[in-house]
Amino acid sequence: MSDLRPRLAPRLKLALVIFALLAVVPPIAQAIGEPFLIVVATRMMVFAIAALSLDLILGYGAMVSFGHAAYLGFGAYAVAILSRAGINDLLLQILAAMAAAALFAVVTGAISLRTRGVYFIMITLAFGQMAFFFFVSFSALGGDDGVALRARSTVLGIPLLQTTQGLFYVTLALLVAVFAGLYRLTLSRFGRVLTGTRESALRMQAIGFRPFPYQLTAYVIAACLCAIAGVMLANQAVYVSPAYMSWHRSGEMIVMLVLGGIGSLTGAMAGALITVGLEEGLARWSEHWRLGFGLILVLVALFSPGGLTGLLRRLNLIRGGK
Amino acid sequence: MFNLFLLQLLNGAQFGILLFLVAAGLTLVFGIMDFINIAHGVLYMVGGYVMAMMMGTTGNFWLSLALVLPVTLAVGLVLELLVFRRLYDRSHLDQVLATFGLVLVLSELVKIFWGSAPLSVAMPEMLSGSVPLAGPMRYPVYRIAVIGVGLSVAIGLWFVIARTRVGMLLRAGAANRSMVSALGTDINRLFMLVFAAGAMLAGFAGAIVSPILSVDPGMGDSILILTFVVIVIGGVGSVKGAFYAALLVGIVDTLGRMFGPILLRLVMEPAAAAQAGRTIAPMLVYILMAAVLFWRPAGLFGRKVSQ
Amino acid sequence: MSQPLLRVEGLSKAYGALKVTQNVSLDVDEGQLHAIIGPNGAGKTTLIAQLSGQLRPDSGTVVYAGEDVTRLDMASRVQKGLARSFQITTLLAGFTALENVALAVQARAGSSFRFFRPAATEQALNDEAMQYLADVGLAGREGRVAGSLSHGEKRQLEMAVALATQPRLLLLDEPLAGTGHEEAAQLIALFDTLKSRVTMVLIEHDMNAVFALADRVSVLVYGQIVASGTPAEVRADAKVRAAYLGEEEVSDALG
Repeated sequence: MSDLRPRLAPRLKLALVIFALLAVVPPIAQAIGEPFLIVVATRMMVFAIAALSLDLILGYGAMVSFGHAAYLGFGAYAVAILSRAGINDLLLQILAAMAAAALFAVVTGAISLRTRGVYFIMITLAFGQMAFFFFVSFSALGGDDGVALRARSTVLGIPLLQTTQGLFYVTLALLVAVFAGLYRLTLSRFGRVLTGTRESALRMQAIGFRPFPYQLTAYVIAACLCAIAGVMLANQAVYVSPAYMSWHRSGEMIVMLVLGGIGSLTGAMAGALITVGLEEGLARWSEHWRLGFGLILVLVALFSPGGLTGLLRRLNLIRGGK
Repeated sequence: MFNLFLLQLLNGAQFGILLFLVAAGLTLVFGIMDFINIAHGVLYMVGGYVMAMMMGTTGNFWLSLALVLPVTLAVGLVLELLVFRRLYDRSHLDQVLATFGLVLVLSELVKIFWGSAPLSVAMPEMLSGSVPLAGPMRYPVYRIAVIGVGLSVAIGLWFVIARTRVGMLLRAGAANRSMVSALGTDINRLFMLVFAAGAMLAGFAGAIVSPILSVDPGMGDSILILTFVVIVIGGVGSVKGAFYAALLVGIVDTLGRMFGPILLRLVMEPAAAAQAGRTIAPMLVYILMAAVLFWRPAGLFGRKVSQ
Repeated sequence: MSQPLLRVEGLSKAYGALKVTQNVSLDVDEGQLHAIIGPNGAGKTTLIAQLSGQLRPDSGTVVYAGEDVTRLDMASRVQKGLARSFQITTLLAGFTALENVALAVQARAGSSFRFFRPAATEQALNDEAMQYLADVGLAGREGRVAGSLSHGEKRQLEMAVALATQPRLLLLDEPLAGTGHEEAAQLIALFDTLKSRVTMVLIEHDMNAVFALADRVSVLVYGQIVASGTPAEVRADAKVRAAYLGEEEVSDALG
């Protein structure tokens, strides 16, 4: 039967391979005496969750949001604020983060979605900055300098995240859950409408769909999922600052998607892993790593549209002798 | 109180004029080429650094300012030829990726050459005084000069756009992009011209602001976002819209930071008002933008966006 | 006398000085096939766009099934049974033929705010979609990605999608443009069988098809209706002949 699944299956397999490889990172890192790799891999997975959430609106919904890092910030600050109030439970923090993100996303999304194209990019960017400045000037939470957490969150009273390994596996579990949820969602009725709107908003209206409610819903879902990444980012760094939501972060998240290839979920995840890995690698090599990183981005944009997925596809075509 | 208001109004206008100089070229790039350029703020920063460097070698403000113009023009031309030209037909996503990469590259180059510490540029002797404003208050001549220069540029741009052949093409292009492509061979040169002139204006703004604010690697970022707000409020592709929106944003932002806490004190405890004012003031322009968009999704002077 | 299913009164639309629709009035009775013909650039597609809700007219009203729908958007009109097909295909190129049609079925079959069950496993959607594909002659092609179909097949799919919205009034914008002989014949036969169930407004250049199918014909020239009547009346109208002078193939068809 013809449906979306046969076409997605190879990507699903690749995603499972990625999960399996990630799962064996801690024992291997311990074995070769480089426990730092576990920390790096945790960061990779946190940003993979964020990139997956952005892929829902950018890749499937064709909404190029340049303010997605704001939701990373909502997640991180939810941890900071709640732990200060004595609420350390991870699940409660995630719920609160999602609620805050959803509220901000409903309002700003409803306004942003009145526009298209470069307007949408600029408006989402401006709303992201608005959230950024809010936390910068919020002196009770450390303002510009940010604030250190006293301890990592607990899960149902158990200090699961205290160890590097515990944090790693909880993050991995969340990554798998977010991926699986989004994978199902993109195949669902809702996912079809969203993807259809990306392909032709006119056609969708001509068969009786008004795109706005679907786009807004996707925007809110993406915000909530990104807030989860923010909660984990705060736990990983044991520190929260407005820098998490700067527009450079939003740009980086777009970079992850474009490098990995948009609209396939697996590409977003791979792109996040590669980007964070590249950053960490280049940063060890030189303090001016951004120079090299920026050059790579320019070159990819100029010479390899579609990112790595596009590159692989083209190589495949050559190999296929077409 | 009124004097303070007048003073802040002038500061706001001066800030708005700067925003206009940066936004004028960018709004045309967006409007005519439907090209999203994240790297425009970097050109403002380059203008500031070139100014600081020239001042360091020549010591002469006017000579340095005169040299900033060809240098930033050249930077604009080189970027257009090497990067932007290849991206006009591509998706917004590729454009974001490439120009974001350029932001990283140029910001890092600036850090390598000049370090991260802020640089300061001395004010020219003849503009360093102040004039009486009202009562005991005085206002710096330099800031008045910035306002004057900015207004002159605005009038010059108005003349080019309203009265010349290039201006006719620009207006046609902003109103209807396919019309420009129907005009044939002039397009590549027109794009290049708009780009380079926009780069020069942004660089010029970065240069003339350097004696007031310091020159630092983050200066491009902060102005870029406000430039976007200006363009969105004014309407993509409209230089006139950019002018009014820039003044509006400049004045609202400046007055909001000053008077927000004072107004809040009427309804709140002083300490809470100060905190709330500090928190809300930087958000004011974004709330303004949201309000404008709510009523006019295409901005104040923009062409209607199709549904 | 019952009121017409579609009543258009005084519809006008201008782009600056260019008047693309000038005071167009039109009645379409339930069960009729009403063809609109006219030379290129007469404003036929613009008229369809205003009837379907894609374009807002400057003035005038569109009354459908006794309700003024002038201010309703396209999606609301489609939900009420006023659907259209496109001249330039807007099919979802990355979707399969089946998915294109199933999505149109989904639009009127329950909520689309369902997030977990894969839509491809909803047998009811697929079965109904397959039926429409069979109706237009695309049985066996359901698994093909729409973008990879031939031009004629895209026209057929366009029709299947339009039918899947279960229209009461269907606006057809040059449904035969670019189809091969066999495909055109298949579609014409389809329109003939549809006539009993669906009211249609047809824009078409193929005069043989128009005069074979239409109950009424209106002639649009420079945004104005210059003649309206039965095919025989229109064929005999002097103004129509004048309007078509020079367009050889059409005057042949009119002859």
